[in-house]
Amino acid sequence: MFPSQFDYHRPSSVAEAIQFLQNDPDAKILAGGHSLIPAMKLRLAVPSALVDLSQVDGLRGIAVNGDIRIGAMTTYAQLRDSDALKAAMPLLSEVANNVGDPQVQSRGTLGGSLAHADPAADFTAVVLALGGSVKAVGTGGEREISADDLFVDLFTTSLNPDEVITEVTIPNPAARTGMAYQKRGHPASGYAVVGVAVSVTVGDDGNVSDARIAVTGCTPKATRATAAEQALVGKPLNEASIDAAAKAAPEGLDINGDHYASAEYRAHLVEVDTRRALEAAAKAL
Amino acid sequence: MVASAPEKLVGKPIKRREDPRLITGAGVFIDDVRLPGLAHMAVLRSPYAHARIVSINADAARAMPGVLGVFTGEDIKHINPLPCAWQAPGVENKVNTPRLLALDEVHQVGDPVAVVVTESPYQAKDALAAIEVDYEELPAVVGARKATTPGAPQLHENAPSNIVFRWSCGQDADQVDAALAASEVQVRERIGNQQLIPTAIEPRGSIGRYDPGTGEYTLWATSQAPHVHRLLTAAFVLGVPEQKIRVIAPDVGGGFGSKIYLYFDMPLVLWLSEQLGGRPVKFFEDRSENFLHTSHGRGHDSDVAIGATKDGKITALRVDTFANLGGYLSTIAPGTPSTLYGRMVAGCYKIPNIHVGITGVYTNTAMVDAYRGAGRTEASYMIERVVDLVANATGVDPAEVRRLNFVQPEDFPFDNGLGGLPYDSGDYEKALNRALEMVGYEDLRREQAERRENGDRKMLGIGLSSFVEACGLGPSQYMGREGWAAGLWESANVRIHLTGKVVVTTGSLPHGQGHETTFSQLVADELGVPFEDIQVKHSDTQGTPFGYGSYGSRSLAVGGTAIYKSVAKVREKAMQLAAHLLEAAPEDIVYENGGAYVKGSPESGKTIQELAGAAHVGYDLPAGMEPTLEATTFYDPPSFTFPFGTHICVVEVDRDTGDTEVKRYVAVDDVGNVVNPLIVDGQLHGGITQGLGQALYEGVVYAEKGEMLTGSLNDYAIVRASMAPMFELENTVTPTSVNPLGARGVGEAGAIASTPAVANAVIDAVSHLGIRNMDMPLTPERVWRSMAANT
Repeated sequence: MFPSQFDYHRPSSVAEAIQFLQNDPDAKILAGGHSLIPAMKLRLAVPSALVDLSQVDGLRGIAVNGDIRIGAMTTYAQLRDSDALKAAMPLLSEVANNVGDPQVQSRGTLGGSLAHADPAADFTAVVLALGGSVKAVGTGGEREISADDLFVDLFTTSLNPDEVITEVTIPNPAARTGMAYQKRGHPASGYAVVGVAVSVTVGDDGNVSDARIAVTGCTPKATRATAAEQALVGKPLNEASIDAAAKAAPEGLDINGDHYASAEYRAHLVEVDTRRALEAAAKAL
Repeated sequence: MVASAPEKLVGKPIKRREDPRLITGAGVFIDDVRLPGLAHMAVLRSPYAHARIVSINADAARAMPGVLGVFTGEDIKHINPLPCAWQAPGVENKVNTPRLLALDEVHQVGDPVAVVVTESPYQAKDALAAIEVDYEELPAVVGARKATTPGAPQLHENAPSNIVFRWSCGQDADQVDAALAASEVQVRERIGNQQLIPTAIEPRGSIGRYDPGTGEYTLWATSQAPHVHRLLTAAFVLGVPEQKIRVIAPDVGGGFGSKIYLYFDMPLVLWLSEQLGGRPVKFFEDRSENFLHTSHGRGHDSDVAIGATKDGKITALRVDTFANLGGYLSTIAPGTPSTLYGRMVAGCYKIPNIHVGITGVYTNTAMVDAYRGAGRTEASYMIERVVDLVANATGVDPAEVRRLNFVQPEDFPFDNGLGGLPYDSGDYEKALNRALEMVGYEDLRREQAERRENGDRKMLGIGLSSFVEACGLGPSQYMGREGWAAGLWESANVRIHLTGKVVVTTGSLPHGQGHETTFSQLVADELGVPFEDIQVKHSDTQGTPFGYGSYGSRSLAVGGTAIYKSVAKVREKAMQLAAHLLEAAPEDIVYENGGAYVKGSPESGKTIQELAGAAHVGYDLPAGMEPTLEATTFYDPPSFTFPFGTHICVVEVDRDTGDTEVKRYVAVDDVGNVVNPLIVDGQLHGGITQGLGQALYEGVVYAEKGEMLTGSLNDYAIVRASMAPMFELENTVTPTSVNPLGARGVGEAGAIASTPAVANAVIDAVSHLGIRNMDMPLTPERVWRSMAANT
């Protein structure tokens, strides 16, 4: 497990980090490193340089003020342990506690997870279902990218090579919103074989006014299960609508399989886990 | 004066004396061995499962920074291939063992093709990338049964149809077939036992150093058997005189069998060090290399035919097994499916007609050799599935089928009809009954019926596994008859220094088992000296008598007995010396509480420390007595020992997803007398967990062309602590008469018993849907598909 030679930079500001990225197109950003470092040791990733964000000011922290703003370098452990977050949106703390193991949670970062866009990551689907967005800063300035536009393909985002995610925003949920994340981890990696994140809002008329459902683990990128969402909107949130949504969930998804779990089985799990996630969300209303 | 009785330590749950060292990072594993001038070897491995090597161009690599040399199979073709240490009489064994580096052809992904030796390990990996190999890919075959079919790709010229050997035991197949045909109930099934990666926490490594001054070689290696590795390296591979090689196993981080065998790197680092004028050369595999190339376990595919009466009595059993042995034969590979599997397929049961046939097969995978439970695990899985199949076919409760067919206490010594050694003793029904009582069997069956009635999503499954295993390897004469190219006795030297301190040297080799604690407890009691005064030495061929190492649950039963006998010899000599010094007749001397005295007069006796001093200085010894208190024993056990017991696993299976959750795990084990119950429990926890891993999670997957799809711990699932159940353990104690300790062995029992217990539980949970067998690992998808196919 010996990586190739690489340079190492540790900027103290976002501007400095962007400068390093601009000067060296083969440089990679180092956040928690739990995906990148093993890939380098296996020589699957051979960056010319690492730009370590650990000492950049202002990239950590959780601010709850209606919307929730989370610094990109905030670790899963910080999300897991934040009393403010547990009060405002306990789901985020629960999901953080479900990523990897305590060692991973202590190193892994929210921004790193979103930027890496692993097809089996947890927070990609969760942020997508919660209608979140990221703030990206690059040579071209600062812009907000919604999660709907962030994930492009397998390990691919719409970030430019010189852009750094600095912050993640989760909007303040509407009244009567229930949310849940249902995951089954791979017994070896712990990554999602299938994960389904849901956020469902029930309007004054008692019918679902908004539903966002996102799957991970079985598609090239975290993806909205739009057929399931459509099956819910305008209906009361009950056993029948949940069942219809669950059955519709795999529709239109590019579900893939491997030797551990076939595409057919994963499609079945998308149905089962959508049902279970919606049932949990309904209870959390 | 001889003091009052010290506290007896045997039977006490003493914490392991080696743990403070190991868990605070003070251990010295192979990667901690630092030698001046250390050079690093890295291995270029075949990306193909089967290919001809057309050419290798290493010119660019040789010119890279820090490269001391690049070597290919061509450069070392004068060195012998690794040996296979098995040849059963009358069996045609088509031996193909690996060369240190492949010559002309590769037979598995990961086959070593070339090595680079460099100043730093980083440079070694850089240089590997600069070696160009031109391969001509050849067709590959995965799956032992498939490899024997007409038209399958051939691995080795001397092994038509890829068959290494055929071997059988029990009655003639025809006779058993006739009994099967005459049976009231007949069941046929295909039963698999998947290929596994041992996954010791420490992968393998070796460091070789040649001393140009003396012509001596030193090998540090992750080894379960240093003396054996020295012997094989010297006499069979390098052709160096045995006395010129010293093998040291530093702390070894687990092995589960995978570190018994001789691997390419061990002789190679010695040879390379000699080429480099004596610079030490180190190889340490990473986890991916370990998965690809260090020996795997199991890999069986069997056809089973069962005959029974309507009330559940087994009348006949025929098992025909294809055993994958990989691309080449590992050191003792054929010994596992023959001696350790074939002869144990009858399990705890009296089966009047039985035949087991084994076909050992080459396929383009990693080599397969013994892995924790070796053979007996496969046997207990086979017979415990068979028993449940009989229960399923007859409607008789699985517990009752076991009772009906058990070997009874009065049947011992019992010959199971498969040509092995007789089972020594046991009370199988007692262990079963206790386990049923602990788990609350009747209530569970009631609950299971209720849940089925209600159509509950969480289906309940109860899996039984009554097992017997053969361990304490092994009686040399028998092993020789079986074709194992060595006796399997064990050595021990016990030496009391002038100061009264005791050094015990053993040929067994701890790699996690706690020998230093267990053996010290034994010596402390037998000699009456303080635990703290005893040092247990091991793992170095220098200055120690030959020993065979640790595997096959043999360390206490065989190695411990050798120590016990050496202590007895020392004690006997001390008593003779005491008689002389006390001017008494030897027959009047009593030895107890750490000293010898004339019967009735402990106050005027001599302590063992005093006697050791007197023996050492030699001022006043009886005529003809040699100085010092020291004895060596080479103990050859008269038979195997046969631990037994019953394990019961309770699971819930999710009807919607096929997920299994282990709810309870109850085990009643009889390992004979117990020296340290804490260590015995630990062995059971670990073994049960490992066996549970086989049932639910583990399994090597190769693609059609022989690429490993489970090449990392991201894909290959082992059980982590968070996935293990709570263990409810009890013992029955039936001391074996095979050795004076009455100890049967416990290193493998958990792994042998748990795989069938867990698998039987999962299958039991869905049996009402018409499912009677599934292949392991019982992944959620497999269970879900079985349910889907049966509803």
